[in-house]
Amino acid sequence: MTALAWLIPAALFLGGLGLVAFLWALRSGQFEDLEGAAYRALEDDPPSDPVSRRDPEPQSSERG
Amino acid sequence: MTVHSIPARAGTIAVRRDATLQTLTLAVENMRCGGCIRSVERAALSIPGVASARANLAAKRVSVVLQDGRASEADVIAALGEAGFAAAPMQTVKPGAETARESALLRRVAIAGFAAMNIMLLSVSVWSGRAGDMDQSLITLFCWLSALIALPTVTYAGQPFYASALSALKGRRLNMDVPISLAVILATAMSLYQTLRGSDQVYFDAAVTLLFFLLIGRYIDEHLRVRARGEAQNLLSLQSGIATLIGDGGALRPVPAHALTAGDKVLIGTGERIPADGLILTGSGAIDQSLITGETTPMAVTPGAQVYAGTLSLGSTLMVQVTAADTATLLAEIGRLMAAAEQGKARYRRLADRAAEIYAPAVHGLGAATFIGWLAVGAPWQTALTYAIAVLIVACPCALALAVPAVQIAAANRLFRRGIVIKAADGLERVAEANMVAFDKTGTLTFGRPQLLNGAMVPDDVLEAAAGLAVASKHPYAQAIVAEARNRNIAVSAPEGVEETPGRGLLRALPRGEERLGSAEWCGIAAKDGASEVWYARDWQAPVCFRFADALRSDAAEVVAECKRRGYPVALLSGDRKSAVETAACASGIVTWQGELTPAHKIDWLADSAKQGQKVLMVGDGLNDAPALAAAYASISPANAADISQRAADFVFQGERLSPILEVLSTAKRARNLALQNFGVAFCYNIIAVPFAMAGYVTPLIAAVVMSTSSILVTLNAARLAGSGKS
Repeated sequence: MTALAWLIPAALFLGGLGLVAFLWALRSGQFEDLEGAAYRALEDDPPSDPVSRRDPEPQSSERG
Repeated sequence: MTVHSIPARAGTIAVRRDATLQTLTLAVENMRCGGCIRSVERAALSIPGVASARANLAAKRVSVVLQDGRASEADVIAALGEAGFAAAPMQTVKPGAETARESALLRRVAIAGFAAMNIMLLSVSVWSGRAGDMDQSLITLFCWLSALIALPTVTYAGQPFYASALSALKGRRLNMDVPISLAVILATAMSLYQTLRGSDQVYFDAAVTLLFFLLIGRYIDEHLRVRARGEAQNLLSLQSGIATLIGDGGALRPVPAHALTAGDKVLIGTGERIPADGLILTGSGAIDQSLITGETTPMAVTPGAQVYAGTLSLGSTLMVQVTAADTATLLAEIGRLMAAAEQGKARYRRLADRAAEIYAPAVHGLGAATFIGWLAVGAPWQTALTYAIAVLIVACPCALALAVPAVQIAAANRLFRRGIVIKAADGLERVAEANMVAFDKTGTLTFGRPQLLNGAMVPDDVLEAAAGLAVASKHPYAQAIVAEARNRNIAVSAPEGVEETPGRGLLRALPRGEERLGSAEWCGIAAKDGASEVWYARDWQAPVCFRFADALRSDAAEVVAECKRRGYPVALLSGDRKSAVETAACASGIVTWQGELTPAHKIDWLADSAKQGQKVLMVGDGLNDAPALAAAYASISPANAADISQRAADFVFQGERLSPILEVLSTAKRARNLALQNFGVAFCYNIIAVPFAMAGYVTPLIAAVVMSTSSILVTLNAARLAGSGKS
């Protein structure tokens, strides 16, 4: 039973981490153009190009 | 032009902070593929003075940050035009406000989802632990943990429902959000009380899961609305285009048409749309008013004449002084009619609202009956209240609230793929009820621009030569000749040495002599000068006549026949001359037709039909159709329609064909059927689950299972609409 003392906080922390990641992604505008993001991942321009610096990362699984 | 805050991440781009930055948002019409994103951004970045460019493929827009005022909006539009993209400045003030509300909802969905998952984890432990040897103190701890997660979630994530329920109650109405809010708040409060007592009859998981599912439905609804509105704004913005402003000292400057103010002088070339209402200062010629009145024969104008926005200049270059829009009698009249039509139209009550009107009192009644019933048979009030809450939760409209949004997004996606934009949220439901279709003629049943009539009689070599001249002109007749040549796979070479005399014709000197394309007079032919014909003359050959008329869209007759086959009576309402209307009616197979109708007549006709129980779907494009579009039960307009008509219509379709109308009709019907099926599923589920809840047999575990099952069931049922019939 003592295992629960750290298992529950760990579970909540990991879930919370996912939530924070999602909220950060939402705030930084990564959900504004879901169609375009799929294609931007395929661009092979060097990252020094100022435009491609804003490439969104793939969505993570943080719905809970 | 739209100026709004610079995107948060623009900071990653090397931009001098002290520089004056200005963000523009442009609608880009033909940005459809992944590669287009790069092309659009590259084209914009190639202009000196552009600090950054970010294309949004889903919204079909590009945000451009201009630095130091070295580049202007028109420069960006020109650069995109060279790269092959039609772009136009957005006309709305703030495109950010709507998406902000959408992401606020998404944030609530995420938080409710997180909370639902974790509470469910704890609840499942409690449920399974009760069967085993779980310690009572541990159960209490888990309940307290659930409460700790649930309370902030319910407070934050439920706000949209509480706000809507409050406003409904203030207006002495009941909507779906009243039972939702009641169930969530009561269940949370009761669970908190039970936790304090040390009981494990807690509903935290049900309350939060309920919120999670309902927020998904709400988000879908909002997402759809924002996207539809965005698409409609793009279409309108793209239509308005760029005007040539004559500045002080005669310098010409391209400006967005909506930025013109009264008193500005603009230059309008042949074949260009007039950007704003105004008076002609210099120049004369003909104006094609078909978008305004439906009349296809061009009207001659001279200096001093009033011209209207949206009409097409066919004559020589005109200088027009912009006047305020409200002085124009025609527009003012149309505005009055539209206001009257919108007022007179009974507000449509949406399917979900009608369901809520029956549903909300029933659920409240059953909940109250459970509470009083159990008290009456001598149960303690805690038990009675727990059972009553179980009824509220089990009967809660998860399935009901998801039933319509899930179907609507499936239907909207299907229509978006086929180039149809849903503008009115309740448009699909109204179209599904329509039982008659009325078409406008010019621009709707027909193309709204001249097509070559006697193309088959013109030999290839003459057509090739004529097209070689015509390609230099923007006159609609010239463009129709070029289009015909391209249709017949004749290569049209770039024009060299072609001189255009606006309003008269084209001329080119060849080694063998002159060739001319233009009016009969221009070609020196003493023929009766028909308004809708063009002659091609070479010094060494007999002249050839090209005749033009506004032709029916290629599938007009098919669409009319299909409408009839599906049992919709079809009518044709036009402002054009009776003879022209009759010809079009015969060609498209429409028996009921009326010509020379004013906008007011069209409304009268619709009112008469409504009295006879007809729910008319109006299809129209012209300014003169706008009041009728607003007055009709449901309405569709093509994407090249006058902007006031697009605003009035429930749907806008793109492309040359009329078949999207059939698609709208059938999709709306299917969407309605699926929504009704979903209501059926929700109803059956309630019939079975509610009696159990009233009898006190529903535990939190059962409530969680049945709620999720019914929600998934209706969502899957809705997905059938999106899955079938891929384009």
